[in-house]
Amino acid sequence: MDFLSMPDAAGHFGPYGGSFVPETLMHPLAQLCAAYDEVRSDESFHEEFDRLLREYVGRPTPLTFAARLTEHLGGARIYLKREDLNHTGAHKINNALGQMLLAQRMGKQRIIAETGAGQHGVATATVCALAGLKCVVYMGTEDMRRQALNVFRMRLLGAEVVGVESGSRTLKDAINEALRDWVTNVGDTHYLLGSVLGPHPYPMMVRDFQSVIGREARAQILERERRLPDYLVACVGGGSNAIGLFYSFLNDANVRMVGVEAGGRGSSLGEHAARFLEAGGGQVGVLQGTRSYVLQNSRGQIAPTHSISAGLDYPSIGPEHALLHDLGRVEYVAAGDDEALEALRLLAGLEGIIPALESAHAIAEVIKLAPRLDRNQIIMVNLSGRGDKDVNTIAEKEENNTEDSEK
Amino acid sequence: MSRITERFTRLRSSNRGAFIPYLTAGDPDLETTERLLAALAEAGADIIELGVPFSDPMADGPVIQRASERALRRDIGIEEILPVVANFKRKHDVPVVLFTYFNPLLRFHADSPAQRASALCESGVDGVLVTDLIPEEAGEFTSEMRKAGIDTIFLVAPTSTDERIEKIARAASGFIYVVARTGVTGVRDSLSGEVKKLVERVREISALPVAVGFGISLPEHVGEVWSYADGAVVGSRLVLEIERCAGSADLVDRVAALARELGGKRDNATFEM
Repeated sequence: MDFLSMPDAAGHFGPYGGSFVPETLMHPLAQLCAAYDEVRSDESFHEEFDRLLREYVGRPTPLTFAARLTEHLGGARIYLKREDLNHTGAHKINNALGQMLLAQRMGKQRIIAETGAGQHGVATATVCALAGLKCVVYMGTEDMRRQALNVFRMRLLGAEVVGVESGSRTLKDAINEALRDWVTNVGDTHYLLGSVLGPHPYPMMVRDFQSVIGREARAQILERERRLPDYLVACVGGGSNAIGLFYSFLNDANVRMVGVEAGGRGSSLGEHAARFLEAGGGQVGVLQGTRSYVLQNSRGQIAPTHSISAGLDYPSIGPEHALLHDLGRVEYVAAGDDEALEALRLLAGLEGIIPALESAHAIAEVIKLAPRLDRNQIIMVNLSGRGDKDVNTIAEKEENNTEDSEK
Repeated sequence: MSRITERFTRLRSSNRGAFIPYLTAGDPDLETTERLLAALAEAGADIIELGVPFSDPMADGPVIQRASERALRRDIGIEEILPVVANFKRKHDVPVVLFTYFNPLLRFHADSPAQRASALCESGVDGVLVTDLIPEEAGEFTSEMRKAGIDTIFLVAPTSTDERIEKIARAASGFIYVVARTGVTGVRDSLSGEVKKLVERVREISALPVAVGFGISLPEHVGEVWSYADGAVVGSRLVLEIERCAGSADLVDRVAALARELGGKRDNATFEM
């Protein structure tokens, strides 16, 4: 099976993906598809994209051998793909930059985006400032509270941040509000969606823009180790950093891949964001433009989710991941809030790198996986973002834990 | 001939437009929904659109979002809504269209699309409009519904190209729902002048009746829509009235009075049921 040939022309990854949107959005989506098709084969577009990735974002990001973590865990050699060293501190800017260049070519004057952890919002605000485009970012008020620093950064960058009070006041509600904005302002507005979610062509286009991660990582590991890694590990919210790393390796049958979902604080519905968790409440459904696994109740109402990490706190997952799951090409596991916090501390203490809480979920899986492997084996993990934005959340959590233990 | 088609044929022959009110089922509770359905039928509704509440109504403005939230506090789903439709249909000859997002419908008899369609049909549902379903993704769904005799209604938007309208017309039955403006549902002061042109474009492509909705909030809007389309859908304005009358004993009467006012400007002196 050629994993690189997906999706089909209408955006289907096997039974997943597609376009499930109000009719009003079909024409702008068709225009977006056409514009993207055009730039895919346009050398000048890629030259400009590559130049900005190099000169503005700071790519290629390094591949760091985590010597002390490897020694500590006593198993496989661990490499970190350092997306945390990108400008704005996460992988999100790869996609934001690509879509901004596309929006410019389409003549769009106004960019809207949703954000959960705020990293995509910051990346979007950044590229809009760079291009002189108007930028509106929708963000759930619960996330604004958790990620106050990023709200401030977006505003400094000239973006308007609109708080979303509906539903659970998190990422999914911000996407609803962004879609409502887009359906109202289809003429002059580009919706710069931040993950491999939503209707076609977003899951494909965002994957393509993020696939620079895996292309670099592949070349880097071949240069360092003269061979491909045994395992790739990445956290999965919507799934853009994971697919960005995995994509270039999908056809290498010997490279195993693990996607790490947010296990939150329990396995019952509402306590986690693990769509593939056995008996966790994830069922195939349709949410926000695409068909995939969705955390929902028996009536088809979307379930609340929980994760300490705002960027993984989402009830659905990119449709390509749904297919890779069903085919068994990628294994999906969950790491809980506490495991992620512990992983964050371990990486900070051993490597001097504070990962984002999202990326800490991937490290948590590495902690379990590496000791089971031998020293000749290689794990490459996507360190998708840095943890500066999470310092308040961690401090708050520690305060609560101290209070609990004093009770 | 479906009951919806029959209704439009009858209205056309008497040169009348259809008045199509919308309610969110379970707002504020199902018992009130049942009384509202009866009151709307008596107030002259030709077809009723009954909304299935959804946790993530991305095509709806604040008014219907709040109605959905009120209904979901009582955990209203399709299972609870169908008996209400069945009761209503026993007493009233008014077609009912279920207006829903795709996910709640997919979960209803998730393992058997055929059972899903027959359960809807047995409860007296005459048509289904799925807000986030386009014809390209609707193949299997449309054929299951049609097999059970349920009309599949699709939206045409101001952004729809002629090519898309053709696709929509091929998948649609009962009527075509023309969205009066880009944007979400909601109460609006005025009707866009572009709607008439859009209805004319649809008419050139399809012989199906055309209803117009989104933002129709005043009797004048209804009258204007009837001058070029076959039906006018009023949603948010009525739902807003339900919200305003929350807790009041005369909620049903007041909503019915508003429906009469909204649907009253018609040249129907000679029309007899």
